[in-house]
Amino acid sequence: MFEDALKPLPEKAFDYDAAVHLLNRAGFGGTPAQARVLADIGLNKAVDQLVKYESQPSEAVKADLFDNGIMAPPTNEQRITNQKARQSNDEEALAALQRERQRKQGLDRKQIAELQKWWMQRMIETPRPLEEKMTLFYHGHFATGYRTIEDSFHMFQQNQLFRKFATGNFAQLAHRIIRDPAMLKYLDNDENQKSKPNENLARELMELFTLGEGHGYTEADIKAGALALTGYTFQDDTFYFNTNNHDTSTKNIMGKSGQFDGDGFLDVILARNECAEFIAGKLFKFFVNDVPGEPSKEQKAFILAMANKLRASKYELKPLLDAVFSSAYFYSAANRGAIIKSPIQLTVQAVRSLRTPVRELSALASATDLMGQNVFFPPNVKGWDGGRSWINTSTMFIRQNVLVYLLTGRKPDMYEWQASDIPFNATHLVDHLRQPDGSVDMASGIEYLLRFTLAQSPSPLRLQQVMAFAKSRGERLDNDRIIAVLALTTAMPEYQLC
Amino acid sequence: MSENNFPYSRRLFMRHGVALASMATTIPQFIQNSALGMVAQLAGNPGGAGLPQDRILVVVQLGGGNDGLNTVIPFGMNEYYNARPTIGIPAPNGTAKGQTGVALMLDQKRGLGLNPSLKGLKGLYDDGKLAVLQGVGYPNPNRSHFTSMDIWQTANTGAKGNGWIGRYFDNTCNGTPIPEGSISIGRTAPLALNGQIQKPISFESAELFRWLGKDLHKSLDDPYQQINRAGILPETAETSQAAFLMRTALDAQLGSDRIRAAVGKPSLTTWPQSEIANQLRIVSALIRDGMPTRVYYVSQGGYDTHGGQLASHGRALQQVGDALAAFQKELAAQHAEDRVISMVFSEFGRRVKQNASGGTDHGTAAPMFVIGSKVKAGVHGEHPSLTDLDSGDLKFKQDFRGVYANILDEWLKAPSAKILGGTFAKTSIIKA
Repeated sequence: MFEDALKPLPEKAFDYDAAVHLLNRAGFGGTPAQARVLADIGLNKAVDQLVKYESQPSEAVKADLFDNGIMAPPTNEQRITNQKARQSNDEEALAALQRERQRKQGLDRKQIAELQKWWMQRMIETPRPLEEKMTLFYHGHFATGYRTIEDSFHMFQQNQLFRKFATGNFAQLAHRIIRDPAMLKYLDNDENQKSKPNENLARELMELFTLGEGHGYTEADIKAGALALTGYTFQDDTFYFNTNNHDTSTKNIMGKSGQFDGDGFLDVILARNECAEFIAGKLFKFFVNDVPGEPSKEQKAFILAMANKLRASKYELKPLLDAVFSSAYFYSAANRGAIIKSPIQLTVQAVRSLRTPVRELSALASATDLMGQNVFFPPNVKGWDGGRSWINTSTMFIRQNVLVYLLTGRKPDMYEWQASDIPFNATHLVDHLRQPDGSVDMASGIEYLLRFTLAQSPSPLRLQQVMAFAKSRGERLDNDRIIAVLALTTAMPEYQLC
Repeated sequence: MSENNFPYSRRLFMRHGVALASMATTIPQFIQNSALGMVAQLAGNPGGAGLPQDRILVVVQLGGGNDGLNTVIPFGMNEYYNARPTIGIPAPNGTAKGQTGVALMLDQKRGLGLNPSLKGLKGLYDDGKLAVLQGVGYPNPNRSHFTSMDIWQTANTGAKGNGWIGRYFDNTCNGTPIPEGSISIGRTAPLALNGQIQKPISFESAELFRWLGKDLHKSLDDPYQQINRAGILPETAETSQAAFLMRTALDAQLGSDRIRAAVGKPSLTTWPQSEIANQLRIVSALIRDGMPTRVYYVSQGGYDTHGGQLASHGRALQQVGDALAAFQKELAAQHAEDRVISMVFSEFGRRVKQNASGGTDHGTAAPMFVIGSKVKAGVHGEHPSLTDLDSGDLKFKQDFRGVYANILDEWLKAPSAKILGGTFAKTSIIKA
């Protein structure tokens, strides 16, 4: 039954619309030309291109791309000076110290803003969209926030960790995340010592990162897990296992007994059936369907099949993602347009699929923040709720307005966005419809633009509304008219779906 | 949740709103609200004024860490002038230094005054509409702007979790968010308003609460309106994502019409010119329009006064004080004063001793203000000692969560212990 749920789409059913769906979901969309290429090479190769992205050359991220020195801990010499100032209660020296700390924090905030722009650009430009999309998934899954840790380099390191394991092995990533300085700081594990255990990481590890709330563990398991994680801390930018602070006693965790350390604790968790099911459920919401409510019988069967696949591959993600993106169910009508675009998806997909100018990266970062998704600043350890929580009456306008900005460069008055006069050449979107004389038939051009931007067949009413507008503006579908049509289609409520 | 404290009682809706209920699936949320407003009138509550469910809280955030000791001046304490030789504000009967002036008298017996720039608040105090809460803070104070602000906004000393006002709505909304339940006037919505279910809406100015595409060409407006006001298209399943979006798009159009019309109307009173005054003017316009909003959030920055603070701090205080006074006058003109209280806070106060640059560095406890005709006016609590310090900083006298608890329990009639995850010593500031 489970194998059935994942049965592949017949090759011949993988058409142009299916290719658009695949590009949107496994990445951040693509141009009409890219969709046609994928449709032409067929389902298997198309999925391979996206999932086995190592074959796509991509610029490696240098480990020293960002400055690791801004928030570096004080040197011994500085420490001694600081201590002296405190002991003698030297107000002047203490005030100077505080000012120096604030100066560094100011620099670091500038760097985190640079990091946001850099990641936005990478998502827009990458030839490996799934790599960035899974990095974004993990950022929301193992959510860690800059506001708490105030160390942009640690956020960068964590971002790199997610990229490295994007479609790798979930279990291995879990073992790395309990060694990640940003995470250790965010969930207070740097203060978790056998003499005064701190349960924060152990709790969230089970509740949010692996098993899901209430799935097979007790408060006692959290306490024991916290002891297993004692001494897991960091120095500068690297993990440090402080054996002096580690509790070596025998622990009982979910029916297993042993002298567990953090790895042992994780192994007990990862062996549980609930873990694969929980991860499968989250990936399902992220890639397949995020309609709220209890999953249907069909959805449950699909999620269970995903979980089985994950267990069978010992948490390797590639076989699972390959199976999901190849499955007939993924392409079924119920799962088209069934996800509300995250602010990042909306923005990056608009640039990648329409090929608008990027305009100002800082404006795009600011726009995603206004829409509720400020990367590196998730609202809390649960990450972003996603789905319908993205949408309210004010974010609806911001979503429509950021598209106006991308299409036209028009600086909306009073937004802190830069005006941009780079023209948008939109004619490539209808190139394949050109008649021998170079013109594009208005009716077929508009039908196509709606189908492409909405990633599904437009409703007759919408088509009629846009057509009436376009016809009132003349007979030719030139660049200006294409942009005007796009301004309308991207303001359709359905445009928020992918 | 007890239905008594729900903005629009569901049972009332069932009794009086059969016809409305049958419409409920096809009319937008926004109109449903107005329809429910009509139900309140049917129940003999025209406008609903005076009911707890009709009460409004306005939160005024002072960003940067407001210097409490130069806001409420402890002129009766010599240590104050010792710690602040050049920036200390002279007593009301003292001699003015330079242009700053002397403190405005609050309480002769306690030796407390207001910063000379706070004439607006002094007027409210004299009118019996200002409560001053002394020494408000929390244990193990954090001196990072980010973290301390998050602590205040989450009401959690670990700075974790959803916002306290968001949780208030989550606790009273029966699983469905209340549209326009909370509105923040500003760039982004503050964490405080973010709940698990309830999400705030926010806009910087009413003019941004609309589609800007029509500025490209006026011919785009008609088709845009048709598209976004169409509601749920015939072939769309009710429970689908598309239906949800179509409904929200319609709500957004109606909300935009309503908010822009409300803000576009001239106010009943005159307002000073400043950003914070403009934000409060928008709030007053929305209150006048009868929006179903329970909580409004406004904010003002500029309080991170590390150097040469006398002038800049005075300017910031004057703006907020004048704005709050104007807001109160406008509410009085609207006959809405009894329904609204405003709460003013900052993420921390500043150190007792001034620094070498004529400013002050990050500190801890500070006074809070609560304003309204329904607050117990006067000075509440004890001023923190200026000698018994915690490494140069004030020890707090009142946990801010006790202030929240009092507002939740007594003003919004919501279960504070559940929302705040505990009970805190309260100062009673709401009149019975």
